[in-house]
Amino acid sequence: MVHAILILMVMIVLYPVLWVVKMAFSPSQAFSLSLSLLPEQWTLDNFRGLLTADGGIFWRQLLNSLIVAGATTVVGVVLSCTAAYAFSRFRFPGRSVGMATFLITQMFPGVVMAIPLYILLDNLGLLNSLTGLVLVYSTTAVPFCVWMLKGYFDTIPVDLEEAAVMDGASQWMIFTRIVLPLAKPAIAVTALFSFMTAWNEFILAATFLSDERMYTVPVVLQRFVGDHSTEWGYFAAGAIIVSIPVMLLFFKLQTYLVSGLTSGAVKG
Amino acid sequence: MVLIFAVLVLAPAAVQAADPLVVWHAYRGAEEEALNRVAEQWNEANPEQPVRLLPIPYEAFANRLTSAIPRGHGPDVFIAAHERAADWDRSNLVRRLDGEIEAEAHFPITIEALTYGDHLLGVPLAYKSLALFYNRDLIEAPPETTDELLAIAREHSDRDAGTYGLAYEANNFYMHVPWVFGFGGAIFDDDDGEFALASDETVASFEFADRLVNREELVPGEPTGSLVAHLFGSGESPMAISGPWFLGEIGDDVDFDIAPIPRISETGNPATPFLTVEAAFVSAESERPEQAVEFAEFLASEKMAVERALTGLQPVSTRAAYDDARVGEHPILSKFRDQKESSLPMPNDPRMRSVWEPAGQALGQVLRGAVSAEVALAQAERRFALYTRPPPEPRNPTPLVIGLIIFTLAALTYGTWRFRRDRVWAKMKASLPAYVYMAPAIVGMLVLIVVPFVVGAAVSLFSHVEGEFTYVGLANFVDIILSQEYGLTDPHSFYFTLAVTVAWTAINVALHVSIGLGMALLLRDPWMRMRGIYRVLLIIPWAIPNYITALIWRGMFHQQFGAVNALLDLVGVEPVSWFSQFATSFTANVVTNTWLGFPFMMVVTLGALQAIPTDLEEAARVDGASRWQRFRHVTWPLLKPALIPAVVLGTVWTFNMFNIIYLVSGGAPDGSTEILISEAYKWAFGRQEQYGYAAAYAVLIFLVLLGYGLFSGQLETHDPAKKGD
Repeated sequence: MVHAILILMVMIVLYPVLWVVKMAFSPSQAFSLSLSLLPEQWTLDNFRGLLTADGGIFWRQLLNSLIVAGATTVVGVVLSCTAAYAFSRFRFPGRSVGMATFLITQMFPGVVMAIPLYILLDNLGLLNSLTGLVLVYSTTAVPFCVWMLKGYFDTIPVDLEEAAVMDGASQWMIFTRIVLPLAKPAIAVTALFSFMTAWNEFILAATFLSDERMYTVPVVLQRFVGDHSTEWGYFAAGAIIVSIPVMLLFFKLQTYLVSGLTSGAVKG
Repeated sequence: MVLIFAVLVLAPAAVQAADPLVVWHAYRGAEEEALNRVAEQWNEANPEQPVRLLPIPYEAFANRLTSAIPRGHGPDVFIAAHERAADWDRSNLVRRLDGEIEAEAHFPITIEALTYGDHLLGVPLAYKSLALFYNRDLIEAPPETTDELLAIAREHSDRDAGTYGLAYEANNFYMHVPWVFGFGGAIFDDDDGEFALASDETVASFEFADRLVNREELVPGEPTGSLVAHLFGSGESPMAISGPWFLGEIGDDVDFDIAPIPRISETGNPATPFLTVEAAFVSAESERPEQAVEFAEFLASEKMAVERALTGLQPVSTRAAYDDARVGEHPILSKFRDQKESSLPMPNDPRMRSVWEPAGQALGQVLRGAVSAEVALAQAERRFALYTRPPPEPRNPTPLVIGLIIFTLAALTYGTWRFRRDRVWAKMKASLPAYVYMAPAIVGMLVLIVVPFVVGAAVSLFSHVEGEFTYVGLANFVDIILSQEYGLTDPHSFYFTLAVTVAWTAINVALHVSIGLGMALLLRDPWMRMRGIYRVLLIIPWAIPNYITALIWRGMFHQQFGAVNALLDLVGVEPVSWFSQFATSFTANVVTNTWLGFPFMMVVTLGALQAIPTDLEEAARVDGASRWQRFRHVTWPLLKPALIPAVVLGTVWTFNMFNIIYLVSGGAPDGSTEILISEAYKWAFGRQEQYGYAAAYAVLIFLVLLGYGLFSGQLETHDPAKKGD
């Protein structure tokens, strides 16, 4: 029964995706509309074209994307773990205002922010650099991560930490040795979220970067979209390449999403 | 590892020799290849002044120009279509080239397109216009009049078999323009320049389109560019109307030729498409304008024009290039040159950008059979007048400045008083570690999010006309809130759009959470087989760029060729025309966004579920609680606090999630499925670049969300201690 529901869901999820696969392996650059799910002719030309064009610059761009998304994940998770811990465990002036601010920043519509952000990064000297992108993406991801992690930290009973204090542990040790290991499931989720925030973004990247070798993959993919027509074969091939690291990352991270991880250590 | 990371991230852009001229373009495929070759030849001939090409996605191009050039980071030369040249001129982004280039070397119509107010703004490179493509295996000679067109089309049309005599995007105003001019209509009056679309001639052209699509079913309904390419490429349509970009979409196995779009039998006039001129513009901020102009001229020189024509298949605008027989007698390029004879340059009048939306909606209404052409066009005229209305009266900013000073002083005084009274300083000192933990995140957010927003929001107090910002006080807000131009139930009124946005948000979030939660609960069992595989497969919609999957969903909702209706047909439901009514169009958007959005909620729930000790549920199970009871009374209460952040933020994100709507329904019908943020975008980037008005929309969106946060109590910090009481 459970498998029947899951298989049905997987079919619904995969049906549109098969279209992407079909376009990626078809020789034409047209957007496929026929109902058959298999290409009439199979070819790897789109992948080959994408990966070998311009002396294989795509690999360099893929590396840029991995660097940006990887660094965003690290920066975002570190910033939000520490901030969330402070919000969860300390009572201090400005605490609720701070939490609310994180949420409120997510309410700003991006439409008005693009040009001021451009000017700001220019003044910081971070315009044509991956560092600038990492900073922008991290701050975009942090609010959700802080809220998510704070909620999770709240579920970890303080008793454990109090016991550690008795044993002479410092606040930092408690944070790194007790709280963080227990919060692995939530950290896994925030890591995936931070990664995705950086991984698929193209508008800011396309506006800030001025060197083709520094482009990230979403910028490269968006290049196949013109005002009147799109090279769908390349786009689809690129979309598949782009989704593979995400699935690998999730496959790795989901080992932390194992039920009952905390139940042994914690009595609710 | 960290070191490698740091070096790669921090390494400055590689230093180039001799500081090349920077050229921005959005070309792809063969056209890019041609441009690369031209640049190589220039670099060989001018080693002391090389050029460097930077390809930029079309979608980011205009945005990037307006951000970069005024800050001194723009290119020396950029290649773009001429439509926005006048805006760039008025915002001082492009150099006027009067007398600097040899205008006679180009077709006069291309120079005309690039001339605005007596100033030549760019060097023409190529022109693009629609033409008639026909399949030579199916048609012997192309039709010369619309009567012939209809006769041939009738022979090849059979709606039930999915064949149509003519394929073109009938509901796209740009594609419809040839008929408007052919029937004698105009967009702006030749003499006084007033909006002149609402005329009997345009009505006749709309009725012609209605005849093609509805009365005779010679053209497919709900056509998209992909459908046109599909029908023509598969031989199911022997004729198509499209432009040079179509060449890349037709398969190799179609034996086609190109001819001018037929003349209108009723009037005897040729059908007249818009001509778009691609040109090399020299940035106003270029530090080496002479060299930049020289390179622009080099691009347009005879030899390079031949290179671009043969390699990139560009209909080049350099006359002399056609003296070369390879270009002059080229089977494709010569046909576009013929079509150029009956075409009109796309008006470079900035008001043109306020024409597309109303005119397109009017055309859509007529083709949907919603209203008559007269009524639709009268409405389009009102909309146009509204988008181009004069800006509000300038106001004196002094009261604002005084008010701000008083407010700041009052806030400071109150703050200091509270600070002293509550001994905040002592408390802050006591919680120093907390501030250290938070500082990086808070500083980052204040600098990179709050500052840009405050600056951007301040624009809402200004009006933007032709590159000039004028302080207008609260006029933009008053205008939106009073909704004077629209009745409350008009799809364009703030309140209607707000209601749609709220419904959109509520339904989406409810579906994301319930499906995500359901899947997470099913995938929780640690002993389930293939659990990992299911989980990874189910996050795929989140992993794949949604630009392509949203468009696939759009295709799946096509009335005749879509998979959704094919599925409904199996269970005996009549085909639904998804995008012609509000409810179904809205549903299509929601279905797509749910497909895209539930994996995120599933992952979050999977994470949150780990915080729930399984022994509690075990105990409940031993006590004989049913599955539902265990969920309702044990799991859910423990899950809720952990899910709240995702639900609240999901709500906020969905509220501003415009690209799914843009890609799937496109606001159809009549902009009724738009949400507030898409209105803001339209005011900012269509409709005369009214940045101030767009910013006012953005501020209102923010206030609505802030109100939601305050009312629902989500801005308060939830603490586990409060949970029990």
